[in-house]
Amino acid sequence: MSQLITQISPHIHDKTSTQKIMLDVIIALLPASIAGVALFGLRALFVELLCVVACVFFEWAFEKLCKRPNTIGDLSAVVTGLLLALNLPVDIEAWQAVFGCAVAIIVTKQLFGGIGKNFANPALTARIVMLMSFSATMSRWTLPNGVDATTTATPLAILISNAEGELPSLWHMLIGLRGGCIGETCALALMAGGVYLLVRKVITWHTPVSCILTVAVLALILKQNVIYHLLSGGLLIGAIFMATDYATTPCTKWGKVIFGVGCGFLTVVIRMWSIYPEGVSFAILLMNILTPFIERATLSRPFGGDKT
Amino acid sequence: MHIGAPAVPAVNVGDEVKVGQLIANAGGAVSSPIYSGVSGKVKKIDEMLLSNGSKSPAIVIECDMKQETVEFIPPVVETFEDFIKAASLSGVVGLGGAGFPLHIKLGIKDMSKLDYVIINCAECEGYITSDTRTMLEKTDEFMDGIALIQRFYPNKKVIIGIEDNKKQCIDKLKPLCKAQNVEIKVLPSVYPTGGEKVLVYNITGRMIPEGKLPLDVGAIVINCTTLTCLQNYIRNGIPLYEKTVTVDGSAVNEPKNVIVPIGTMVSDVIEFCGGYKEEPKKILYGGTMMGISVPNDSVPILKNTNAILAFGKKEATLPKTTECINCGRCVQHCPMKLMPTMINIAYEHKDTQKLAKHKVNICMECGCCSFVCPANRPLVQTNKLAKALLRQQAVKK
Repeated sequence: MSQLITQISPHIHDKTSTQKIMLDVIIALLPASIAGVALFGLRALFVELLCVVACVFFEWAFEKLCKRPNTIGDLSAVVTGLLLALNLPVDIEAWQAVFGCAVAIIVTKQLFGGIGKNFANPALTARIVMLMSFSATMSRWTLPNGVDATTTATPLAILISNAEGELPSLWHMLIGLRGGCIGETCALALMAGGVYLLVRKVITWHTPVSCILTVAVLALILKQNVIYHLLSGGLLIGAIFMATDYATTPCTKWGKVIFGVGCGFLTVVIRMWSIYPEGVSFAILLMNILTPFIERATLSRPFGGDKT
Repeated sequence: MHIGAPAVPAVNVGDEVKVGQLIANAGGAVSSPIYSGVSGKVKKIDEMLLSNGSKSPAIVIECDMKQETVEFIPPVVETFEDFIKAASLSGVVGLGGAGFPLHIKLGIKDMSKLDYVIINCAECEGYITSDTRTMLEKTDEFMDGIALIQRFYPNKKVIIGIEDNKKQCIDKLKPLCKAQNVEIKVLPSVYPTGGEKVLVYNITGRMIPEGKLPLDVGAIVINCTTLTCLQNYIRNGIPLYEKTVTVDGSAVNEPKNVIVPIGTMVSDVIEFCGGYKEEPKKILYGGTMMGISVPNDSVPILKNTNAILAFGKKEATLPKTTECINCGRCVQHCPMKLMPTMINIAYEHKDTQKLAKHKVNICMECGCCSFVCPANRPLVQTNKLAKALLRQQAVKK
């Protein structure tokens, strides 16, 4: 008999892997990606592919350069690329998008140690850096399916800062016929993705529900149009796909709830009283920073033990 | 063979032994005697490498294939003291896997502390079905064992805890339990229902505090096969010398439950089950979640061996470990509500204060955290190391 493998138990594994989880996230993002292409045209597809390829390339190149093990197989770079693309306006310059990918993968993720080690959401941080750097192109909103590239104000801008323009109908809000980023406008597609992630148990309901509820309640208190607040801007894509990122959010149940409430609260505060019409990205990024503290404050009480 | 002091050989090289003959005496208070499972001649008394890497004295008997038995005389069991004495002489230890000498657990000094006697029929590990076979094939003996418990632990609640995937057993036991006034509690088939702490909590609602035993919350837990073997000694004078063992796994030709004399080599047991289907790459004592992998098949069946599993290459290889992505699955699935991720970081820093703070000692090593980890990180394995580190530190102090 040849040498047997001796290991400490357990000797079986439920066969999940980081790669399979990331694949589930990609599948969940597909409806929004397809909707983006349907609404904004082929250029949206170009931006999506460009960002995915750029992110995977930067991950591969950086790891090669640093002689780290190659992790592009876990598909996390694909998720980052796709998420970033969905958070960009369709008319973004190609080089600017590639720059954003570099910020996401190299600065936010790899410099902090790679997958699982980053404290801030890479796609989100990249989006914010781009918003600061390329304010003009980052806030040039094209009306989907529009005649040529007519720029328009986003519904949020119309709602809050009384920008010129007419609010889209509720149906248009649901299917995404409004100004906004490639993947954030089609509420139905985003919700379908969210349901898929919940069913596949990739995410739990805690963060998205607490985040969206908080926004709804605050909008109600502030006498805002609740439905439009929920469907506008990046709230859905943020609450479902960004605020549920594993590495940068708490892993405890109550931690997730606190995180979601915090995101919702900061979103409304920024929307109402800051110079930016939209605040989901900033809200999530700020909460990312608080994650370790939230986690520490919400440690579970071990079975039969005193509180840790 | 059991937890505690090893037994002391009571035979010499060249002695003839029969089935059921005492061949080693208990080596202390927390210890248990050993009876021969075969008839034959004592060939040598040697040291043997055990599955946990330590060495133990071993008596090697050459079988004469006659399987002559000694004359079994049932012990006189009138009082509680007789009962405990019989338990210690029976050679029975915790057969659920722990191998803890039975008489220590049963010999309760202060009866007023005890409220529940829980019979563990959960058998929650995959593959293993030896307890199930005991319940089905030795039903009367098992129920008689419960009657013994009811006699020597009067006015205590006796409850059978069983998983709902054992329909046959439940159907068979239900009418008998009703007649004998035993409660049967059907539990969901979720690993690790059979874990002592989980079982006691599910049945009584009482939480066993850190570092305490079930008795500290007024309960004792006895495995159903353990109880049936004890009954066999008290009623028939037959001590524990053979054991029902599940033989299964992808590398075994004919998976089945077999009754094996204790001390039989694993290789012989597998040969009896049709030999290997493919080259084995991993052989386990016990189940896939908590079983111990052995270096080769020339190791003996022990008293507390409830399964021998042999796996081929595909099943034996686990996925590669990657970076933690903080998904929190281990936290969600820990039956003890621990935070394996934090314990891991604390162990990497050898931070014993943090380890104690995160209550790593509560970990019962069920392996759920490692099982669900998408990065296949050695979580429970690290918990074990962390517990050992805390023990070392305590010894130093």
